[in-house]
Amino acid sequence: AEVEETLKRIQSHKGVIATMVINAEGIPVRTTLDNSTTVQYAGLLHQLTTKARSAVRDLDPQNDLTFLRIRSKKHEIMVAPDKEYLLIVVQNPCE
Amino acid sequence: MSSKKTSAKKQKGGKKAKESSKGKRTELDKNDEADLSMASIGHPEIFPLVFTTKTQEIFNCRADEDVTEENCFKLIKKEDIIQDMKTRATVSDFHPVKKIILEYPGEELLVVFDAKFQYGQNFYLVASEEAKEDLLKPPETVEEKRDDDEKEEESEEETLEVQPYKPPVHKPWVSLGSEKEVEEESVKETITKIKYRISRVRRKFGAPITFTDKNASHVKDSYLECTSYQDKSFSIKMLEKDVGIQMVPKLREAITQTTWTYPRNAATQYFPIELSNEEKEESLSSGKLKEFLTSVHLRMEIALQQNEIMNAFFDDWKALTEEESSSGGKPHVYLKAYQSFTDLHYFKDRTISCFCWHPTISGIIAVSTRGRLSYEERVNLSDKSLLQQPVILFWCSFDPTHPQLVLECPEDICCFQFSPSDPSIIAGGCINGQVVLWDISQHEEKLQNVKPVADGTEITAVNMPSLMQVPQSSTEPPLVRCCAVSSIQDSHEKPVTDIHWLPDYSEDNQMDATSENRAETSVQLVTCSPDCSILFWDNPAMKPSSEKLKEEDVFGMPLDVPDTSKHLDLCWKPLVQINLCENDTNAEYSPVRISFRELHCQYKTSDVPAKQSLYRERSTSSKNVKVLESISTDLLVGTEDGDIVYSDWKVEIDSDSEKQVSQKHTQKYTIHTETINTLQRSPFFKDIILSIGGQTFAIWKEGVTNGPILHSSCSAGRYTAGKWSLTRPGVFFIGRDDGNIDIWDLLKKTYEPSQFQNISESMITFISPWITSPNQHFLAVSDDLGILHVLEICQTLSQPSENEHDTVLDYFEREVKYLNYCEHEFQEYQELQAKRESKSSWRHRGRKQYKTKEEMEEQENADYTMFLDLEKQILADLVLVNRQEILSSLDTWSPLPPLEPVSFLFQDLFISAENP
Repeated sequence: AEVEETLKRIQSHKGVIATMVINAEGIPVRTTLDNSTTVQYAGLLHQLTTKARSAVRDLDPQNDLTFLRIRSKKHEIMVAPDKEYLLIVVQNPCE
Repeated sequence: MSSKKTSAKKQKGGKKAKESSKGKRTELDKNDEADLSMASIGHPEIFPLVFTTKTQEIFNCRADEDVTEENCFKLIKKEDIIQDMKTRATVSDFHPVKKIILEYPGEELLVVFDAKFQYGQNFYLVASEEAKEDLLKPPETVEEKRDDDEKEEESEEETLEVQPYKPPVHKPWVSLGSEKEVEEESVKETITKIKYRISRVRRKFGAPITFTDKNASHVKDSYLECTSYQDKSFSIKMLEKDVGIQMVPKLREAITQTTWTYPRNAATQYFPIELSNEEKEESLSSGKLKEFLTSVHLRMEIALQQNEIMNAFFDDWKALTEEESSSGGKPHVYLKAYQSFTDLHYFKDRTISCFCWHPTISGIIAVSTRGRLSYEERVNLSDKSLLQQPVILFWCSFDPTHPQLVLECPEDICCFQFSPSDPSIIAGGCINGQVVLWDISQHEEKLQNVKPVADGTEITAVNMPSLMQVPQSSTEPPLVRCCAVSSIQDSHEKPVTDIHWLPDYSEDNQMDATSENRAETSVQLVTCSPDCSILFWDNPAMKPSSEKLKEEDVFGMPLDVPDTSKHLDLCWKPLVQINLCENDTNAEYSPVRISFRELHCQYKTSDVPAKQSLYRERSTSSKNVKVLESISTDLLVGTEDGDIVYSDWKVEIDSDSEKQVSQKHTQKYTIHTETINTLQRSPFFKDIILSIGGQTFAIWKEGVTNGPILHSSCSAGRYTAGKWSLTRPGVFFIGRDDGNIDIWDLLKKTYEPSQFQNISESMITFISPWITSPNQHFLAVSDDLGILHVLEICQTLSQPSENEHDTVLDYFEREVKYLNYCEHEFQEYQELQAKRESKSSWRHRGRKQYKTKEEMEEQENADYTMFLDLEKQILADLVLVNRQEILSSLDTWSPLPPLEPVSFLFQDLFISAENP
């Protein structure tokens, strides 16, 4: 329930297009998009997050990745990584 | 004898003399008398002698007297010869053979007269008795033979007689000296042969033999051995030795077999791992997820809020320039004249009805013309030869004086379109209702290759072998005939005023399901005409399994027409015919323009001056083609009367009457007073439509049924053409009948054009903007004189400002809201009115009737007009609006901020109006 509530709140922000929760293996657990797109996002972003994290840790072993924002022309993809899960939100930042 | 001697001597003497002269014989030595003989020639007993005459007299052997040829033998006594020799000693002819004569055994020597000098002299001596005998005898036989021969010859001459066989007579062998040779050659045993006799005891014959071995070395002297020994007296040390060396490469053959890797197609199919629903639920409810979210959501929200607050990547610098350019000095001329095309030959006394930019090849415009005569004049002008052959000309921007291509039309073309999927197919609608197709794929290359031509030079013409040229010079453009003409009976009855290509997914076919044509070819056409019908045409030549090379030569098309639609010539029938009729009044619409929802009609240009509309009877034919279910069939129709009808064209069969009842949910708006000449959807917003007719234009939004979002005020002249701008969402161009172009910018002013510019003197018939390159935006304008002007749109008009799209969208939304609000207000008013009515009717029955809908509308309009006037006055007082000439009574809605206070006035106004 709390999970639902949090996700709903995030989804209701202005300009948010999609919200996804991915587990550690890259398998989507919860999503607001259709399956094929979700799977695509999950696969790609999971790998990217791993790479980003390893980059950060290589540079400074005591550092760790907290947030990843990818801004593109059309929208912005925000990834919040954690030990087991990954929260992905796609937002359209233009006012 | 002596004679013989002498003869011998003579012989000798003669011989000497003779021998010295003849080379055969050797030098005679005086002492050597034996050589005188004819031994050298095998006759040792013959001695040639020379007899002198004296000697001949002595011995009575005178030549030719005593001794003749026949009788050549002379026997001379030995004693005589000796006597002669003694007497004459060496003078004697017999001196050379003296010795022989002395030794001669016989008594008489034979001397032969050698008349023929057989032996070299005239006489010869025969030295031996035997020879003498032989010579004496054989001559006899020879003589006898000769006689016999003579006899025989004589006898043979007379008669042939068989000679009696005479066996050969034994003759004594005459030695001719050969036995000596034989003797010399023969081999005789010189050594006596030794004879041995070996004997053995008889009993030992045949006895068994025993062999024994014996060592040879044991027996003494059984073998001899010559052992080699080094001879010390003879030793040479070899200092040098010739040795030959040959280098031979070691040749080795080896074979190995490698594994040959060859490329193989490999495919992997995978699908992503997904959690099943239960697992998902499980993980959702797990505590870990909760923890995760609690830790993460804060970050996420911060980020989201950041985005909402401001755009972190907003480029202020860039935005600055935008503002500068827009607020800075405005360019004086917004539309710069770029080029103008006209043709004196084809366009004489003709107006341009429609033109199209070529979708793919930049710089090519196709222009169609039609006569300026009105309908009655045309009918009266029965002599068609005076009418010029209508054409569509292709112009290239590089060469404004020579058209590139000429398409022959059977009739005047009112409108035409390039097929969006295949720009070499052009469909046109004729003035008599037919639909015509051209295929210019042959000339596609030529059009693409047109290069900028300097004045006076020829057009680069690519050789087209199948091109049939009218006999003319090479600078004349090629003439293309239409390749398909629809059948006259099945076409429209009135001029085709609008033609569209339908993209693939709205294909009608016999099956129910939507067959999405992935090839994205435009297969169908839809045409409309004021005869109240919309026809859907199927172009089978455009199907993916294109049968362009059909060999059916049914109608005998001329050779230069491509094969694409040969079979469609004059038998092309439409698929579906839709008759537009009003549901309520059973009247019909006469569509002039159509606009589909699912289809973007971007290149619609067609100018039709207002025609006398005649209501036609409903045409009967309708095909039984099932219409697809899943596509949207909404249709917007602009009619000849100025109505805008929003309906869908799905043909439904009414089960009761079995008639085709179409156009459910139709809405009709009558705003324009005259024929609608433009109905176009905005290229940016699919549901915003611009309609132009008569003296006003209107902007509509689909779904908003109250009315147009924006309705312009009446202008002084008529609007004859219009188009949305391709780049700016809030800009559109309108052409007028006085040759002006009005540029409306919705973001600046909505009640009047932001710019206007005069382009030509006559009426503008068609407008079409185009983008050839990111910096060059063109607006092509055609006028009634047959001139096509191409104008370049200046930067401000072509470049959208930032967020213009959103701004315009906002504007439209606002307008819709306002409309709704007004509607709402109106409803409220109506309710109020109704209440009042009921009250008053209760009081004054029969005095006031319930107002009908139209009356209410009229009332409202009148009130609204008053309201607007009031508003204007107030605003003018507030000095918020520039005083400009307002030419009409109806005003546009101006989206001014002080909306709220006005609404209060509105209400008051109504109330005040109500109660005079």
